[in-house]
Amino acid sequence: MINSSLKQLGQQLASKQVSSVELTQAYLQRMAQLNPTINAYVTIDEDKTLAQAKAADARIAAGDFGPLTGIPLAQKDIFCAKGWRTTCSSKMLETFISPYDAHVISQFDAAGAVNLGKTNMDEFAMGSSNETSYFGGVKNPWDFDRVPGGSSGGSAAAVAARLCAAATGTDTGGSIRQPASLCGFTGLKPTYGLVSRYGMIAFASSLDQAGPMAKSAEDCALMLNVMAGFDERDSTSVNREKEDYTRGLANMTGAQPLKGLRIGLPKEYFAEGLSADVAQVIETAIAEYKKLGAEIVEVSLPNNNLSIPVYYVLAPAEASSNLSRYDGVRYGHRAAEYNDLMEMYMKSRAEGFGAEVKRRILIGTYVLSAGYYDAYYLKAQQIRRLIAQDFVEAFKHCDVIMGPAAPSTAFKAGEKTSDPVAMYLEDLYTIAVNLAGLPGMSIPAGFAQNSEGKALPVGLQIIGNYFDEARMLEIGHAYQQVTDWHTRMPEGI
Amino acid sequence: MALNLDDIKRIAHLARIEVSDNEAQETLNKLSGILGLIEQMQAVDTTGITPMSHSQDVTQRLREDVVTQTNQRELFQSIAPATQDGLYLVPKVIE
Repeated sequence: MINSSLKQLGQQLASKQVSSVELTQAYLQRMAQLNPTINAYVTIDEDKTLAQAKAADARIAAGDFGPLTGIPLAQKDIFCAKGWRTTCSSKMLETFISPYDAHVISQFDAAGAVNLGKTNMDEFAMGSSNETSYFGGVKNPWDFDRVPGGSSGGSAAAVAARLCAAATGTDTGGSIRQPASLCGFTGLKPTYGLVSRYGMIAFASSLDQAGPMAKSAEDCALMLNVMAGFDERDSTSVNREKEDYTRGLANMTGAQPLKGLRIGLPKEYFAEGLSADVAQVIETAIAEYKKLGAEIVEVSLPNNNLSIPVYYVLAPAEASSNLSRYDGVRYGHRAAEYNDLMEMYMKSRAEGFGAEVKRRILIGTYVLSAGYYDAYYLKAQQIRRLIAQDFVEAFKHCDVIMGPAAPSTAFKAGEKTSDPVAMYLEDLYTIAVNLAGLPGMSIPAGFAQNSEGKALPVGLQIIGNYFDEARMLEIGHAYQQVTDWHTRMPEGI
Repeated sequence: MALNLDDIKRIAHLARIEVSDNEAQETLNKLSGILGLIEQMQAVDTTGITPMSHSQDVTQRLREDVVTQTNQRELFQSIAPATQDGLYLVPKVIE
């Protein structure tokens, strides 16, 4: 049951072969057994969870249900959920009980999904290994010595270890796709503006986007059907008609379901920086796509290498502004001792934020400060346009872009914590997508043997044009009809 | 542009984050590394390129000027560090 697709689980619930309470209890038992080791969840509240499961069973009994009614999901702890502790994995919000629901949470509530708990993450989503969490790191279910990636590391481990049927994540520079690659599942970052950011704790508002993390493209499509949609409470929510992201999946059969599809391979994605074992897996996956009828074209994203420097100006600048709200006055951590208001601010923030969050606030403050604005912030915004234009040019020659989602397989805990710049390079293939606002996903494409003989998952990234999620999910689904990487589970879990 | 310890103190003050003398050197080292990465941007000629602040070319929506939220002061103040008589308490700022 734990390896079933969302569709299979939905059918079992609808036909009353299993109740939501039974299904939820099965996951809660797995969580009780495995979470003390894996640390995927930071908050579990069985009473709240089971109350939702009971309500879902009542809806099913009454015939009032949809595809996700009664399905147990994990929610990244960046989404405010009313009555739930919502921490963003920060000491600053260690005791924060949200007084309201994020749009994503209320959408899942309305669909009748069950919230299994809040998942661990890098503090305020700033990190690529989940090691900046105030609540400690998360184990990669494929190898407990290694990181799950980040920032959505708890959701990633929960999906990979089957501690939930599916999960939510957010992606500012790769935080859904990189962990999806490192933990071997399907993760989609939608087009900027597709999913409302209302109630999603802000990191870099012009880049942050929520998306599904699940076993397969089909599962992601079902999740996105619930998550996507216009919300007037987010000023950047795009007002467009609702789509059914599953609508084309059934067509992905036959010998060459992708005939005519042009896949662009950016030469910059296969250059220095990509480890050989990952490159090999990606090439094999591309060969599989050829068999499915796709044609391969070489494209170029000449400014891709600039995406990391640009990101580390723009994201910290936006973060320094967004995180100024944590002042110890209305909510969040307040220092125990201070002599005046200034000292209260300075001590509360020094105590409440971890080292990486402080670094990014300081960088952001610096690049926005008088005398440096043009040299850093404005310059970065100009190069951001060059990076976005690279994609416009590339999409003249192809329908989707493919490449690796991360430069290597999962690395060891502690390996990159002392050098922030080494950690930042993890997002070499993902950040440009956020800067351009495009949709990107990572699907399991196989395994690479590391030097210790352990097989670690590798993700294939699929980048689409704006609002092309339905097509991307079809392309992922077509591959998952002829491969079984997405059904693999870590041994002994 | 190389940073020094005085810069760190100044930036930390602007950001309202206390950085002790012990932490300042480590912070300087890490920030200098990140700024070194950022410096790569300076090699690019961006003359005449319009800055891109956002991926969507949209303008702010307007709405009717009507009440949309009800007062939830008690709920919101239940998670505040210090309140009294419906007000948030902070150290005295006016003598």
